[in-house]
Amino acid sequence: MSEKEKSTELCKEGEKTEGDSGLGLGVLFFLIAFVVVFLSGWLLFPKLLYSKKEQPFNFNHVLHTNETGSCDTCHFLREDGSYNGIPDLASCMECHEEEPMGDTEDELIFCEEYIAKEKEVPWFIYSKQPDCVFFSHAAHLKGKNSMECKTCHGDIGESEESKPYEENRITGYGRDIWGKSIWGIKKHSWDRMKMDDCAECHKEETGSQGACFQCHK
Amino acid sequence: MKQEQKHGKTYKFGMAIDLDKCTGCGSCMVACMSENNVPFKVDESNKKDSISWMKVFKLTNGKSFPDTEICYLPRPCMHCSGKDSHNPSPCVSVCPATATDTDPTTGIVSQIYTRCFGCRYCMAACPYHARYFNWWDPKWPEGMEKYLSPDVSPRMRGVVEKCSFCFHRYQEAKDKAYVEDRDEINEEEYQTSCTQACPAGAITFGDLNNPSHAIHQLVKPDPHHYGKPRNPKAFRLLERLETNPKVYYISEKEWVRKSGDNYLEGEWEKVKNHHG
Repeated sequence: MSEKEKSTELCKEGEKTEGDSGLGLGVLFFLIAFVVVFLSGWLLFPKLLYSKKEQPFNFNHVLHTNETGSCDTCHFLREDGSYNGIPDLASCMECHEEEPMGDTEDELIFCEEYIAKEKEVPWFIYSKQPDCVFFSHAAHLKGKNSMECKTCHGDIGESEESKPYEENRITGYGRDIWGKSIWGIKKHSWDRMKMDDCAECHKEETGSQGACFQCHK
Repeated sequence: MKQEQKHGKTYKFGMAIDLDKCTGCGSCMVACMSENNVPFKVDESNKKDSISWMKVFKLTNGKSFPDTEICYLPRPCMHCSGKDSHNPSPCVSVCPATATDTDPTTGIVSQIYTRCFGCRYCMAACPYHARYFNWWDPKWPEGMEKYLSPDVSPRMRGVVEKCSFCFHRYQEAKDKAYVEDRDEINEEEYQTSCTQACPAGAITFGDLNNPSHAIHQLVKPDPHHYGKPRNPKAFRLLERLETNPKVYYISEKEWVRKSGDNYLEGEWEKVKNHHG
């Protein structure tokens, strides 16, 4: 082996070892960057994406269902087929008067700020669907295929405190539409209210997802 | 396997317009616009820019005085049935986004604004020019937003829109039927805005599958020939394209019926005998 060949071989070995440590650093850098980006994407971004808004005052569902008996005392179908949704001030005032009935702080706010001033309560609606959606409560509550409120709305009827309303800063839709799980994991039927979730149930129950106009307007 | 329709029966909603009664007043156009939140502009002189789901056209027999005759023809979306589910209406068959489909329970051709991305292929396909493109975002005069109908979603720029046979009214009628535990809706419960607005009563709307409905008695659709009218005074636009519209026109005048299509010399004589 000539000297020249020897030196080139040495050079090659040197390159090899240098290349290895460079690759190791690269992999390490990639992994660290991956973890940082991954975590910020999954943990930080959802926090930035949704704004949190508190309801005007706390509403205790348990207290009210104990008094009234069921959901449909306040959330009922009207005679013309439309749905009452969140009751307006007049509905509340069928029971409430200007003087508080109980002794909670929230009722005091309700009486002083809204009943006395005859102002509607600007509730945030957790399950508010986008403008292009037609949803018929009548179709889901009446007839032989009638469903329970819980199937879509979960156990909100058993809540003692109003959770903050989380609004998607880009779309303006509530968090309950997309679902709480950022992984998209659905454990209960009420975890999400996206079109696919409607379609899934429609397919099971009616044999077809239905035509577009069935749920769009 | 036959798909089970759990939600009641199958309708085939259609419209018949008596052209001899139409005075061309335009009430249907106005009623339609306000019912369906159709945007308008200060300057509507550029007709390629303006949107009118229901549009009144003026026809003339082309003769000079004293034989001149005029006829007004209101044109909503024809809600074509096509030949079958594999050959639907021209617009449905070309839409690359499935933003428009035929509702099998009502026969109504939908338009889903959030799904449409504005390629306008459907507009090119529609032989009736019933589809319109939103070149601009709607601008409502101050305070008018409060008067918009909450039952119809307003459109943004870049999407196509068209007549829906006031589908939201069907939904409302159905909701009422649900509450009253009925399977069917009644004829008078679902009527389009233009039908109710017409002062001359020229428009009849109802279920083409139901022989007790006024429209069925008026046009006598032939179920074996894709709903072709058996009433010799009734016709459909561009019948020979086999789009099978659900909008029928009625006129006593032969020249009006002849204007429903483009005929070569001598062709009309053969076709008209079929009607007779």
